Amino acid sequence: MRLILRKRLRPLGWSRFLIPPVSILAAILLGAVLFAWVGANPLRAYTEIFKGGFGSIYNFSETLVRATPLILCGLSVGLAGKMLIWNIGAEGQLVMGGIAGAGVALFFSSAIPSCLIVPAMMLAGFLGGALWGLIPGMLRARLDVNEIITSLMLNYVAIFWLEHLYFGPWRDPEGRGFPGTAMFLETAWFPRFFGTRIHLGLPVALMAAILIGCVLAYTYWGYQIRAVGAGAKAAQYARIPIARNIVWVMILSGGLAGLAGISETAGIHYRLQQGLAAGNGYMGIIVAWLSRLRPGAIVILSVLLGGLMVGGDQLQIILRVPSAIGLVLQGAILFCVIGGQVFNDYTLRIRKG
Amino acid sequence: MEPAAIFIAKITIASSMAVLYATIGEMFTERSGILNLGVEGMMLMGALAAFAAAHTFDALWPAVPAAMLVGGLFALLHGFFSISLRVNQVVSGLALTLLGIGLSNFLGRSLIGKAAQGFDRFGLFPLDRIPYIGPVFFEQNLLVYPAYLLVPLAYFFLYKTPWGLHLRAVGENPAAADTVGIPVLRIRYLYTFVGGALAGLGGAYLSLAYTPGWKEQMTGGQGWIAIALVIFAMWDPGRAAAGALLFGFINAFQFYCQAAGLTLIPGYVLRMLPYLFTITVLVVITRWEAAKKRIGAPAALGLPFEREE
Repeated sequence: MRLILRKRLRPLGWSRFLIPPVSILAAILLGAVLFAWVGANPLRAYTEIFKGGFGSIYNFSETLVRATPLILCGLSVGLAGKMLIWNIGAEGQLVMGGIAGAGVALFFSSAIPSCLIVPAMMLAGFLGGALWGLIPGMLRARLDVNEIITSLMLNYVAIFWLEHLYFGPWRDPEGRGFPGTAMFLETAWFPRFFGTRIHLGLPVALMAAILIGCVLAYTYWGYQIRAVGAGAKAAQYARIPIARNIVWVMILSGGLAGLAGISETAGIHYRLQQGLAAGNGYMGIIVAWLSRLRPGAIVILSVLLGGLMVGGDQLQIILRVPSAIGLVLQGAILFCVIGGQVFNDYTLRIRKG
Repeated sequence: MEPAAIFIAKITIASSMAVLYATIGEMFTERSGILNLGVEGMMLMGALAAFAAAHTFDALWPAVPAAMLVGGLFALLHGFFSISLRVNQVVSGLALTLLGIGLSNFLGRSLIGKAAQGFDRFGLFPLDRIPYIGPVFFEQNLLVYPAYLLVPLAYFFLYKTPWGLHLRAVGENPAAADTVGIPVLRIRYLYTFVGGALAGLGGAYLSLAYTPGWKEQMTGGQGWIAIALVIFAMWDPGRAAAGALLFGFINAFQFYCQAAGLTLIPGYVLRMLPYLFTITVLVVITRWEAAKKRIGAPAALGLPFEREE
């Protein structure tokens, strides 16, 4: 038996809209097998996930809280991806953003007017992440060093530094061994809305998505980025400065992840603590590629995956299924969707013998 | 207490093995033109499979084949997507890593904190009696010794056998290889499997010999370091061994500082060293090879093969 792929002679018609739902359905079926295997009723499991993530206004607000860092990290990975730059370092950039912003909150809170503290923290968070994105960006642009590996290695460096800070010099002296810094002053907390945990990070993330969507679609810089992504050779002939664009895109990409870091720190934890590196940077990769790097789709998918995570946590409580099943489902969805995209351009035939 | 040099040399060997197996494996995969960024995930699946097998059967012999089989089969997932479906190999490889992390976290939950037999120190008599060399090279565990053979064998296989020639041909110019009747796709599948099996073996080394036990994400980025070392090695087995030993040396240095109570370098900087080292090495080697105008990467690396009809 052989599988034979053939390029479609004519582009797929309306049926191409069927591809994403069918792909996700396939992933859901795979997940059902997994649930059955660990002894949970798949139908019940999916119902609980849905109820957990979207079942009530409160649950949905938690989903939005969970989606906030995902949107920013997805945009971070997606923006770099538009230039075919693989930023696998969003996790470390997020951590550096959290560290930089927390530094402002811990040491400058009394020195700056209280209305400027939150903006200063956001700026610091952006710059912290931007610095961590700049390093692989510079290495790639100037020295042609593989950015996948350098950006990923920097994740570990950032996380070790974070641990050093909250176990060492920044540790809360009254924390009784709690791995974290002292609580920030209240003036350094991101405001929350509607009596939920939804905080300033969400509007920031949504604005970032709109901004990046507009920059990519309507500005000359956005055109340059898309041109380099479509083909570096052609962009070079068009005199687009590729190296400079890589550096700026990585600064912005790192900065977006850094914003995710400070928004988690100042919007949820109110201190720098263990658990800041919760994998949002890696999930950003999934979000970005599932949405085919489109900012609008990144927002929608972040909310869906955020719901999956919140629902997955509920599942752990109700059905005692390990919450890591959320990660497995995401992996399955990613494979099914990138597999499904093949059918946009190819037909598949099975030939016997 | 043995002399410091022997202590460091011994740990250098011991802590370079997981990365060495994974690097040699990834080198074979990439030589066939397939870039598999899923090494971290494959190592984790291999580590889990090895530990689960050793724990379940209370025996060591099924552990290594299980790790290699699971690693290889897991790699075939990437193979199917990148070879048959021709999707972007970077995306598919990243997906494999993310899936491997999730799946091993999920499946390994019940094994955390459990005990299983491990590979203990096993002196190779009479080689272990040679002064200096013996304690460093031949007082290791049984998963170390195959690596001594693997490196020269890989070199011989790659450059001196017809199979090695076919492999290199498929990675450099698949269209030409296809014209002379070399089964391009089959070879790519085969070496994707081989790469996964060796990554799985590297994982088994971690969970059964180096740091016995199962811990979530216990590979700690070693899969990524292996990918970096393939570039460092310019796709050559001998240089891969050198790179893995360098990595091992950084680790051994770290251990030595801790064991000897040296506080000259703070602990968190020591822990960063392997990762900073990998970045540095990558920068240096990229510049070095570019200055010599050498391109070590197989010409068709990362490109799907499609027969013109």
